[in-house]
Amino acid sequence: MSESRMLPVGSVQPMTRRKTRPAQDFLIPLRRPTQVSRANPVAKLAAVLILMMGVLLSIDLVSATVMLLLLLAIGLPASGLDVGAMLRRLWVLPVAAVIAGWATAIMAAKTGTVLVELGPYLITLGSLEAGAAITVRSLALALPGIVVAATTDPTDLADGLVQHLRLSERFVLSALAAARLVTLFIEEWKTLVLARRTRGAGADSLFSRATAIVPLAFALLVQAIRRGARLAMAMEGRGFGTQARTWSRASRFHARDAWLVITATCFSAASIGVAVMVGTWQLILT
Amino acid sequence: MTPLSVTARGYGWTHAGRTRPAFSGLDLHIEAGQRVLLAGASGVGKSTLLHAITGVLPAVSGDATGSLLVGDAPPAASRGAAGLVLQDPDSQVILARVGDDVAFGMENLGLPAEKIPERVRTALETVGLPVEPDHPTLALSGGQKQRLAIAGVLAMKPGVIVLDEPTANLDPDAVHSVRDAVLAAQARSGATMVVVEHRLEIWAPHVDRILVLGPEGLLADGDPNTVLGDMRLRDCLQAAGLWLPGAVPGIAYTPTTRGEEMLCAKDITVARPGAEPVATVSAQVRAGRALALTGPNGSGKSTTALTLAGLIPEDAGTVTASQSLLAGPHRPKCAQPSQWKSRSLVTRIGMVFQEAEHQFLRHTVAEELAFGPRQAGYSKTQIQARVDELLERLKLDRLAQAHPQTLSGGEKRRLSVACMLTAAPQVLIVDEPTFGQDALTWRELTKMFAEELALDRAIVAVTHDEAFAHALSADRLDFNGPSAVPAQENNPAEAINSVHVHDEGGEASHV
Repeated sequence: MSESRMLPVGSVQPMTRRKTRPAQDFLIPLRRPTQVSRANPVAKLAAVLILMMGVLLSIDLVSATVMLLLLLAIGLPASGLDVGAMLRRLWVLPVAAVIAGWATAIMAAKTGTVLVELGPYLITLGSLEAGAAITVRSLALALPGIVVAATTDPTDLADGLVQHLRLSERFVLSALAAARLVTLFIEEWKTLVLARRTRGAGADSLFSRATAIVPLAFALLVQAIRRGARLAMAMEGRGFGTQARTWSRASRFHARDAWLVITATCFSAASIGVAVMVGTWQLILT
Repeated sequence: MTPLSVTARGYGWTHAGRTRPAFSGLDLHIEAGQRVLLAGASGVGKSTLLHAITGVLPAVSGDATGSLLVGDAPPAASRGAAGLVLQDPDSQVILARVGDDVAFGMENLGLPAEKIPERVRTALETVGLPVEPDHPTLALSGGQKQRLAIAGVLAMKPGVIVLDEPTANLDPDAVHSVRDAVLAAQARSGATMVVVEHRLEIWAPHVDRILVLGPEGLLADGDPNTVLGDMRLRDCLQAAGLWLPGAVPGIAYTPTTRGEEMLCAKDITVARPGAEPVATVSAQVRAGRALALTGPNGSGKSTTALTLAGLIPEDAGTVTASQSLLAGPHRPKCAQPSQWKSRSLVTRIGMVFQEAEHQFLRHTVAEELAFGPRQAGYSKTQIQARVDELLERLKLDRLAQAHPQTLSGGEKRRLSVACMLTAAPQVLIVDEPTFGQDALTWRELTKMFAEELALDRAIVAVTHDEAFAHALSADRLDFNGPSAVPAQENNPAEAINSVHVHDEGGEASHV
């Protein structure tokens, strides 16, 4: 080999990976499996509906506060989720809830003692209460949904939906397979952004970053259709949609599912009961 | 299920909206249990034929002539009798857990639930994927995903197993393990096997028969020794873009100087944004020389390429551009490419991504080529001259008004390289440019890169393709070693297994 054939051009030192991934991380990492996290997805959905009844039937502050306290004190610890990680990833939700409450406090009917008066911003005891009720209520509504989303394996949910709620197999399985592509699309989006930069169409300013979203979304859509078509072909190539299908995973109910639904009912009963006793309960639309 | 035969009588297929058939007049009989390698030029309809055999070809996507039978029935009526394995590992993982994914096909065939777990275990063992059934499919490598797909098909006990370039998207290490998994699955089930592949040497020693598909029926049909030994056929097979066993691509470019340094990275740490650092790298990119980044998947080759291309920021340290790279219009304010504006980057460092489609922004081939120089602020006449020159060089001139997404795989690959070349960047960085390409496209690409090198441009290539690195006489930066391994003379990356071995001087070949 001549002198110019090969040159020493550098060196590489690999780095060892530090972090290990948690066993399960759909939305928020799970610290440990619990009776709640392992409950049947259909039971979880039922529990969410029951909890929603407890908060949605009245718009008073007391029922929502009781529910939120119960969820924070009992529900959240029992879910086994990493609360620190939850706050880091979803901090925007409590912030949004406070903003919604603030807006309500400004807009609501001005009754009771005046607390703040700053030009157009008038807040009275009555409007502050209405605002606080909105903040607490949105948090109490969001929390069960987050817990279900973060503790439920989509495959188990699909099994439950088809086997217990008799949803269409074709629809549920297609949605399940498509949901798996979402991770790929996040990666593709990142690649498309880099590809635009290397072609000279990169977003160097905040404005161009905003205007680049439309062509990027279109490019992603093209990729999504292509991938979707290939996935559909792979599914059909394995006999999908040919005949009545069996389910190797039986979705079963256990005692813990009954307990989950009973506990949810107790939470709703408690929040409504306390509100009725205190006298703040008012059924909506009455 | 017992093995099934495949019979075509005057079979042909015309894609919807096309006047000429993809292929026509196909007469063919494949005995039950036979192992067949199906080859042919790009676009001749090999994949279409496989899809037809599997019964997944939608009736609305084109018109069939003649007849095609799997066993005694048309394939659409017996869908599930033939199992299909596709090329792209990511697009055929269906479910999130390994066991569920293997079970998917059996469930679709209505197999009783209690029989499924045992078959899942046997199938995973046969293909050499010894993981727990609840192992996440997301955590599998490309080769493992392909073995998973094979297990899923095997567990269905199909009468025919059809495979569409199952190893084209894999690195050389994975190619043989996936092929062996296919052969083990075929031996276990005794099923008829039809595999499409343009690298004939992967399969030729392991099949009973080679079929070469042409636009009007079969060009060749016989046992591997007869077909490959027929000298009259060789030219025809080579013209079809097939990789013949033992064919040795020559050297396309030899650098004559050490080359001026264009980019320099000294102990930079590379990481994807938001992810952990993967490697600490030192590298020099020199004009008129190719630099091959080699090594196993996940070792940080692509991350390093993106960092050198100024597309992602360095995790620590800086990449520095030379004064001559900085010179010119839209001169960057600093020497660190990751801080440059996009329009400064486009005439200096270009990156070609592994998937060509990611790169396309416009509606016609000509506009696609004109896009880069326009962003860089070239004059209209300059742009036109560059576009015309490249259209001709790449033999894309008759496709100037075609939509980039409608091109064939090889044409897309050539266009994705060409649209980076129109802005004449001094440094071109490419990620696995030859992956899955047939021999014709391979030669075109190698020629293009050699021409760029001769124009004193620098090329950095992430590649598993030993023949490609060799053809460009590339310097090596090896990502293999557990400790620092300086790439040096006479160190042609021994650890890389290459399927297409060659060496012109009878020196050590590395298989």
